[in-house]
Amino acid sequence: MEEQHKNGGNKYSIIVPTYNERLNIALIVFLIFKHLRDVDFEIIIVDDGSPDGTQEIVKQLQQVYGEDRILLRARPKKLGLGTAYSHGLKHASGNFVVIMDADLSHHPKYLPSFIKKQLETGASIVTGTRYVKGGGVHGWNLMRKLTSRGANVLAQTLLWPGVSDLTGSFRLYKKSVLEEVISSCVSKGYVFQMEIIVRASRKGYHIEEVPITFVDRLFGSSKLGGSEIVGYLKGLAYLLVTT
Amino acid sequence: MKHIFKIMALLVAIAALWIGLLQTSMIPQSYALLLPIYSVVTLGCYGLLMVGVGLMQFPTCPQEALLLQQDIIEAKEFLQRKGVDVGSG
Repeated sequence: MEEQHKNGGNKYSIIVPTYNERLNIALIVFLIFKHLRDVDFEIIIVDDGSPDGTQEIVKQLQQVYGEDRILLRARPKKLGLGTAYSHGLKHASGNFVVIMDADLSHHPKYLPSFIKKQLETGASIVTGTRYVKGGGVHGWNLMRKLTSRGANVLAQTLLWPGVSDLTGSFRLYKKSVLEEVISSCVSKGYVFQMEIIVRASRKGYHIEEVPITFVDRLFGSSKLGGSEIVGYLKGLAYLLVTT
Repeated sequence: MKHIFKIMALLVAIAALWIGLLQTSMIPQSYALLLPIYSVVTLGCYGLLMVGVGLMQFPTCPQEALLLQQDIIEAKEFLQRKGVDVGSG
């Protein structure tokens, strides 16, 4: 792809699902505006009826940055991540979509490298990976690292997905590609992230990777219990027989 | 083609090769009979080795946590000046 001036008329819609992220959403919006200076973008916040006043903060942020740059597309109650993305996608006006977590484990300073990689390669999807040089994780104990590595080796051996980090969710998509792939995805949670990338890979879309770091600020709270591991294995089996 | 069929095709091919080896008796049959067990053990060892190597080389980034703290302080100062309520929490 020819690299045009700046970003060649591309617009990026950044979808951030939130639930009780009143402080983090303010920080992340500030950091996005700090790191994406010469880029046409909008931030679509899909809030699932947070009781902590997240939506109040978003309205204050709209006063600072403009209602055309920050879109609040709330839903009445907690309805899950997968549907949050499709909901945000309906309101996206860009030709590219970025999906990131609101809890600051995904730092907006990596957004320019996603955009640059896409412009250089013309990829349909650019996915952030924690497991290559320049990437990394902070705040995981040994158990968490062990399950992560085990899950990754299992998925790589069984699925041959062609990407090194399947469960990370910091990604940039061509909007049309995300719309097509997301409509065939049925899983939830971790498995949902894996399902999107595996289905896209099977359909032959060009996927590139950029290194990202992942800072887990919820120290000690291992989000991977027994039920998550069982869910992951079920998801793996599901992807084996359906993709 | 569903991915599971690719894997099954691979397994069938390996099984065919093994049966071929048994028939032609290129190697003593007692060895050939044990080959599947060896391959399963090898596969298991490969998996464990990959997990072990992955654990030892697990990329960490403690400096990123510090940088993030600085970013948070900077963001809070700016947002407070602009009248966004980031005081508590």
